[in-house]
Amino acid sequence: MQTTNQEHENQKAAGARKAKHEQSKIEGGHMMNREEQVEKLTTYIAHFTDYIGKHLPDDVRAKISELAEAETNPLAKSIYETMNLNQRLASELNRPSCQDTGVIQFWVKCGTKFPLIDDLEALLKEAVVRATVDAPLRHNSVETFDEYNTGKNVGKGTPTVFWDIVPNSDQCEIYVYMAGGGCTLPGKAMVLMPGAGYEGVAKFVLDVMTSYGLNACPPLLVGVGVATSVETAALLSKKALMRPIGSHNENERAAKMEALLEKGINDIGLGPQGMGGKASVMGVNIENTARHPSAIGVAVNVGCWSHRRGHIIFDKDLNYTITTHSEVSL
Amino acid sequence: MVEVKNGKKILTTPISAEDLEGIHVGDIVYLNGSMTTCRDVAHRRLVEEHRELPVDVKDAAIFHAGPIIRPLPNDQFEMVSIGPTTSMRMEKFEKEFVEQTGVRVIIGKGGMGPNTEYACKNFKAIHCVFPAGCAVVAATHVERIVEAQWRDLGMPETLWHCDVKELGPLIVSIDPDGRNLFEENKVTFNERKDKALEEIYPQVSFIK
Repeated sequence: MQTTNQEHENQKAAGARKAKHEQSKIEGGHMMNREEQVEKLTTYIAHFTDYIGKHLPDDVRAKISELAEAETNPLAKSIYETMNLNQRLASELNRPSCQDTGVIQFWVKCGTKFPLIDDLEALLKEAVVRATVDAPLRHNSVETFDEYNTGKNVGKGTPTVFWDIVPNSDQCEIYVYMAGGGCTLPGKAMVLMPGAGYEGVAKFVLDVMTSYGLNACPPLLVGVGVATSVETAALLSKKALMRPIGSHNENERAAKMEALLEKGINDIGLGPQGMGGKASVMGVNIENTARHPSAIGVAVNVGCWSHRRGHIIFDKDLNYTITTHSEVSL
Repeated sequence: MVEVKNGKKILTTPISAEDLEGIHVGDIVYLNGSMTTCRDVAHRRLVEEHRELPVDVKDAAIFHAGPIIRPLPNDQFEMVSIGPTTSMRMEKFEKEFVEQTGVRVIIGKGGMGPNTEYACKNFKAIHCVFPAGCAVVAATHVERIVEAQWRDLGMPETLWHCDVKELGPLIVSIDPDGRNLFEENKVTFNERKDKALEEIYPQVSFIK
């Protein structure tokens, strides 16, 4: 089944490449100046953020359909039907499919030669303000300590922007992610003693599933980070959620552990909404780095069934390619 | 009032203790009438700050939800998307909340604990799950927003008092006998987890 999914993903990626949206740098007979370029990129990001709150990515849609078809529990089946109806209505009525549109997170892989690198962080903030009004998005940015809602989805350090700098590239890849509070709550990281081994990693992950996991809107996508410390593992666990469902870690043992955890968590039978059913997860993605010999840092982040992530790649002229959602133009 | 229409069990506010008789965990019900969104800070204000709830929810429903609202002219509002948030966050306050307000139906997501079980059993109420992430379905069952109170809390936490028609499916997770579907399921889930781990352990002994 996973092989089939991978093939499916490959086909989607090929389709997306074909659907690459060519935008000439010359518009209306003149070269775009910097301000016009910033405006254009801001508009694209605002529209894309709006769009991903209303339409699930192709891999999530395919997986949810597959799980719904395999389900036999009547209560679980009726929940899947409501989920399906909801996504149809969200699209028809042009509304965010889940009311919790999250604190927007951007994972940016930006080439050092991307022309708008200096403007990026400010324009992402502006794009969120625009999407908040246009979509509309829920107001989800509460200033800590002062404890008031800014009403714009931006605040100190929000939206969250994670940077990966890519040397000698003029492209910019952006993952836009909308995680609600429900699937944020189970997030957990700790440092195990090496004596706990990968057995300890497995127990850490499964314990989260039966405590907070069942309230986090299963079937979940589970992201696991294995590294040295809490922050390195945590960052990897979030990165793991950006990977397509059905993709595998390139390390053979890590990939085996992904499959073992997926089967193990599915055997618990959380079902949709954690109310019992055949499956618990859409998949388990592990990301890893080398570790200190004295420590195994492990972290779990989960994505709910309404896993709203989008991936867009801009070239230096702002032509864009969307890999997560077929048939969309901004 | 309770009635069965086209095979659906529908509770219409005001709902009495008797209306909830015969409702058990796992049943699916629908709601007509008065529903007010009520979550973290509203619970805290009532229980810890001893402030009176500005909406009367006696014999009616509350929804652990923070919706997306579009403001309309003349202080009117449109319900764009509304779905449940994690109910467990309100567990700390729910016993006192039910006792003081007389609310009958609590709608949310995921399970709640012994405080809410006690409240449902002793003050006759139910906790139900509306399928989370299905916020457009729920919004289409909101006929109008009657009033908005405690607006200083911002969009998610404001008390949005709504008139709803056949809001559902609402899956009963704590019934008036105090039975708790999530807690019962958890026992099974934990047994299965231990079994799954026993199968995984011998296959991941990578440190040798």
